Amino acid sequence: MKSLEELRRLRETLQQDMLARNGDGNPRIIVGMGTCGIAAGAREVMQAIMQQVRERNITVTISQTGCIGMCEKEPLMDVQLPGKGRITYGHVTPKDVESIIVQHVINGQIVEDLVVARLEEGEGQ
Amino acid sequence: MKPTFYRSHVLICTGTGCKSSGASQIEAVLAKELEKHNLQDEIKVVETGCHGFCEKGPIMIVYPEGVFYCRVKPDDVGQIVEEHLLKGRIVDRLLYQELHTEASIPTYREIDFYKKQHRIVLANCGRIDPESIEEYIAVGGYEACGKALTEMTPEEVIAEVKSAGLRGRGGAGFPTGLKWELTRKTPSDKKYIICNADEGDPGAFMDRSLLEGDPHRIIEGMIIGAYAIGADEGYIYVRAEYPLAIHRLQIALNQARKYGLLGEDIFGSGFNFDLHIKKGAGAFVCGEETALMASIEGKRGMPRPKPPFPSVSGLWGKPTNINNVETFGNVPYIIKNGAEAFRSVGTEKSAGTKVFALTGKINNTGLVEVPMGMTLREVIYDIGGGVTGGKALKAVQIGGPSGGCIPAELLDIPIDYESLNEVGAMMGSGGMVVMDETTCMVDVARYFLQFTQSESCGKCTPCREGTKRMLEILDRICSGEGQPGDLELLEELGNHIKDTSLCQLGGSAPNPVLSTLRYFRDEYEAHINDKRCPANVCAGMGAPYVIDELTCIGCSLCARFCPMDAISGDKKKPHKIDPEQCIACGVCAGKCPVHAISQAS
Repeated sequence: MKSLEELRRLRETLQQDMLARNGDGNPRIIVGMGTCGIAAGAREVMQAIMQQVRERNITVTISQTGCIGMCEKEPLMDVQLPGKGRITYGHVTPKDVESIIVQHVINGQIVEDLVVARLEEGEGQ
Repeated sequence: MKPTFYRSHVLICTGTGCKSSGASQIEAVLAKELEKHNLQDEIKVVETGCHGFCEKGPIMIVYPEGVFYCRVKPDDVGQIVEEHLLKGRIVDRLLYQELHTEASIPTYREIDFYKKQHRIVLANCGRIDPESIEEYIAVGGYEACGKALTEMTPEEVIAEVKSAGLRGRGGAGFPTGLKWELTRKTPSDKKYIICNADEGDPGAFMDRSLLEGDPHRIIEGMIIGAYAIGADEGYIYVRAEYPLAIHRLQIALNQARKYGLLGEDIFGSGFNFDLHIKKGAGAFVCGEETALMASIEGKRGMPRPKPPFPSVSGLWGKPTNINNVETFGNVPYIIKNGAEAFRSVGTEKSAGTKVFALTGKINNTGLVEVPMGMTLREVIYDIGGGVTGGKALKAVQIGGPSGGCIPAELLDIPIDYESLNEVGAMMGSGGMVVMDETTCMVDVARYFLQFTQSESCGKCTPCREGTKRMLEILDRICSGEGQPGDLELLEELGNHIKDTSLCQLGGSAPNPVLSTLRYFRDEYEAHINDKRCPANVCAGMGAPYVIDELTCIGCSLCARFCPMDAISGDKKKPHKIDPEQCIACGVCAGKCPVHAISQAS
């Protein structure tokens, strides 16, 4: 360690590893993992999300939820940016994941074609 | 280095407490289950140090939610993986249940045990992997060290620690900044810094947990201390019976060297420093600084007179600064956040927090860190969950064999150095043993004196002979042979030993006896005058026991446990105790389900 700057740069890289433990205020991605979701392919969607997050080195919190009743539309994937409403995407395939992450999570543009529900901020929490 | 993102982190406590309740097994099963569900690339398993809540171990915390699972058994792991990690459903039955309401509490921060704590020193314990310097750096580690070495002069570092009001956490409470200044001011070509991790009080495990849970914090504190006093070499003196702490320290030292945080020209500042671990053989007296240094030098661990103080002539005759583990643990926080932030916690004269090991008859056994000035009652009832079995609290022993017993009626005193000294106890290193109404205070005093008597190094007559004589008197009192005048003799001996011993082992050894004499004199008197142990602990005192024939149901439980076979009687018929054979141990009375047995008056 040759300078304080070096330590600070190193810390920024290392913090990525710790994201899962202090994720307050990050964009959230929520995957429906009820039996219906898993049967429709939610596990593959989850794996695709993991791959995208790793490749693009982005800051998010990923969690799962159970069946919310829209079994017909599974796999469901929700994206909620800080301070914004929660957008639910339906019939998500591993191939859709990349566009949702790039357009919505990174650039803040909702992928309208895939949206099946919207929840305003604070609503239904 | 490429960081790897995992969507969830599962933290398993692998402190000594949770390891002994089965954490390693949990970890093995978890690895298998994750693989079975193909989750090993999504979920990261992290071993952490002590979370403090040892009572509820093995402990597992699942992030990002921060869900707190306790008393996890290997059979539970499958369900946690399938339900929580795969489907996101919290496994309710493994959550912590509040003691009085039995409500399930899902996350860490909402549990009473943690709510009232203020974690400065223990901030990372249970939060990061103690075997990973990367995790320590990611949460801000070594920033304070970098700041001190590159942006502050040694004098500024000392001034900051002084104005923070940090006092020695090993017990006596000497101002740390002043100690550093004294060592800094002694001119010498070579200086040493030592971390005293020779924790030896019965029931104390604060330093062990800290070294196991966050070793880099201590190393960072020591680098800053070394820079302040001008030392280029240091020792961590830790007892050999702390194998996990030594193992993790060794890993931490190697990592710090690899990153250039130990060695030459640290942070490009021109400052050189390296550290060694010295394993102690476990003699209590080696916690005394001059004995500790003798032990490092390879000599027999015995104290020597002061002055000269270590700041003038310490290890190998060179100026040396010794601080306790927890003291060093506070230093990075002070340098990083400033003296003001540190002072905002605690009281005017005792700034900051104190770590305590809660043990004895308390519901939430474990490790806690509280702001100075909090009352004993808050620690024992609000954090510790009160006395086990709903029994009444009798006393709290603070400060280990050098401390004293504080009676229940003084529970509202604030925890700070001065208040504890006033009531005849001392801060000590942080052991807090809770005693309930079934504890005999004479027996407790005897226990602690037995400890110091056998740990006395034998150098000074008052300590070597005096504690032996005191112990003989206590043994006599506990076996019903106390004599009038014994209490006065104990007090006289105790005060002389305190006044004439060289080091603090002898200087404080009589404290448990003197403090119990001060607050529980009636119990001593009952032993001596009435030949009776009010708590029914001291065996063999007074009159034989008798069975009330009208109450006895003839279950024969008493007869089975009587060590003298003094009880006879047919099944379902009233039993009898032979008064000639009864040694009045009281075992039968404790076993009787209908309370038919008592001591003859």
